[in-house]
Amino acid sequence: MPVQVITGNHAAGYALSVAGEANRTARGVACGIYPITPQTEIVEYVAKFPFSKGRVVPVESEHSAIAVSMGASMSGARAFTASSANGLAYMAENFMVAGYYRLPIVMVAVNRTLGPPWNIWADQGDTLMLRDFAWLQFYCEDNQEVLDTTLLAFRLAEDQRILLPVLTCMDAFIVSHTQTETALPEQTDVDRFLPDLDLPHRMHYDEARTLGGLAWPHEGLSMRLEIDEAMKRVPDVYQECRESFTDIFGRDPGDVIQRFGTDDADLVIVASGTMATTAREVVRRRREAGEKIGLVKLKMFRPFPDVALREACQSATRVAVLDRNYAAGAGGIFWQDTRAAFQGHRDDVLIQNYLTGLCGGDVTPAVIDEILADLTARAEAGDPVWMGIETGRETLQ
Amino acid sequence: MTATAVPGRLQNRPTIPCSEECLLRPGNTNCGGCGMSVGLTMLGRALADAGDTCTLVIPACCGIVTAGAFPTTSYGVPTIATTFASSSAVASGVATIRDLNAEPGQVICWAGDGGTYDIGLATLSAAAERNENIIYICYDNEIYGNTGGQRSSATPAGARTSTTPRGKIEDKKDIMSIMAAHRIPYAATLSIAHPDDFANKISTALSTTGMRFLLLHSPCPTGWKSDPGDSVELVRLAVASGLFPLYEVYDGASYKINVEPDGSDPAEYFHRQRRFEDEEIDLNAARRACSDRMQRLHALAKQYPADR
Repeated sequence: MPVQVITGNHAAGYALSVAGEANRTARGVACGIYPITPQTEIVEYVAKFPFSKGRVVPVESEHSAIAVSMGASMSGARAFTASSANGLAYMAENFMVAGYYRLPIVMVAVNRTLGPPWNIWADQGDTLMLRDFAWLQFYCEDNQEVLDTTLLAFRLAEDQRILLPVLTCMDAFIVSHTQTETALPEQTDVDRFLPDLDLPHRMHYDEARTLGGLAWPHEGLSMRLEIDEAMKRVPDVYQECRESFTDIFGRDPGDVIQRFGTDDADLVIVASGTMATTAREVVRRRREAGEKIGLVKLKMFRPFPDVALREACQSATRVAVLDRNYAAGAGGIFWQDTRAAFQGHRDDVLIQNYLTGLCGGDVTPAVIDEILADLTARAEAGDPVWMGIETGRETLQ
Repeated sequence: MTATAVPGRLQNRPTIPCSEECLLRPGNTNCGGCGMSVGLTMLGRALADAGDTCTLVIPACCGIVTAGAFPTTSYGVPTIATTFASSSAVASGVATIRDLNAEPGQVICWAGDGGTYDIGLATLSAAAERNENIIYICYDNEIYGNTGGQRSSATPAGARTSTTPRGKIEDKKDIMSIMAAHRIPYAATLSIAHPDDFANKISTALSTTGMRFLLLHSPCPTGWKSDPGDSVELVRLAVASGLFPLYEVYDGASYKINVEPDGSDPAEYFHRQRRFEDEEIDLNAARRACSDRMQRLHALAKQYPADR
């Protein structure tokens, strides 16, 4: 398996392309693409890829990009796209439709701040805005994880027990534009990992079915319940896909949550994306100094891994949830779901929210230390704490 | 956990054969005098005559309400519902996979004027610019009929709608010129009052590849506040007076007028619809517009004749 020094975007473009190519022995691949900083390199990559049985359609908007991918997917082809920030907001209507149509589309999203103010740097608010639309969501921290998770996403999405679209996310620039050593799997191995897509509800040109017409409340309700049932199967099916991935590629794509030092931890940090990379280094350093601190990296956000999260925090009495996103009027989105996961199970854990890295701010080891100091010192949980606001406030005065 | 958890209704689904002859099945709940329904019937017949098949791609509009409620459908062919602005983009994906797999049949977008002139125009323009291998038929009832009759940019000047209660001020958008400007292989207008011409144009569209755009003048008795029995007569008058000329544009470059207006006064067309209030219609301006429209088309057809 060749190792190349490439960006996160390149890794994503490669994964989407070889996954698409792997369906050449079935109904092929097609996708709509549209550029937006910082994901443009992904769609440029797939536009250049010499698909044996595929077509990349450069369209006029994100709304149409996923619409083309939906048309291809409804026809039984493999389909994907990529987007970011305001592009995702513009796509939202059709994004939702892809989920409710149970189309196994894979999208790579580069997490970027939703403007205004104009800002191209990392913030998870864009994909989290789309959290309730029947898509699985994975947050990755480095290029290899982006590549591996994107490949795994197709296997998971297309599994007959799931049949839901998957969103693979990475932080703008910190991952998307940073070059690191990345192992690129061979096409032959990808072909083994991704069987020919067989979509049970695909359209046939010679069958008079109507897809997406009116359904009465009791039928619509049942279809929503089927989505819920599929979501509940994700943790088990993910493990199967993960094992198969490890067998074929010789590398573990990682669990849906990843624990570091949590077995004996009093204090646990819950973080996602590149914040987890930084937090892990801080935790490593401070554990070496004898502190009982742990890290839970939430890789999967939808479905929310509540059982695994509670297990990981078993020994903890204090939990810091880091959110690079802000739901206006409520707080951090990872925090809300973390609190909900503990509700009714444990009431002896102090769960405190830290809003950090919003609008592309840096989450440095010093910020993590500051968070841990606050978490240790506080008597009870309070409102979300906004980190690193002093300098911005000064300018605004 | 079982090997597969796909709902049973997806695992052993019975085959439902297509029937182009019966593209719009009996038992649908469409309004009496609905031009769209007649258009669907004529489209199905033309497809059957040509031995061709189709997949319909329909955005939000009366056309998708026509399908009726799950698990039944009024359509005798495969039909996909899309969001309001997306039919031509979804159709691009469907047609792409059809072509990659060398499968037969047409991919036909069937959209109202709201989804064509307004919310879906950017999507349609992009599909036309890419010369996607699809047929796009706009049934133009000059109103947002599905939501109860609001103005669209296809609503003619003077027409009262629920959002232009004193009559629309602006003229109807010239969508044919917009589509012709994309230099697509084929663009043509259709009228249910001229079934032979309708069938000929479907036949031409079926034997052409790339983007084909057809504009159907589609009476809507509910929105036009007209007698359902008048529908065919109204669109016949529209053709005869030059309000809605029947013509074709090949490659955006050459023109052919299919039915010459017979000099009928458009006044009759307005009088027979209660969406037009007599005092709000400038009949002389309407007559002038008809004459200008035909003059321009004649000039184009003379200067750039379609050699067909």
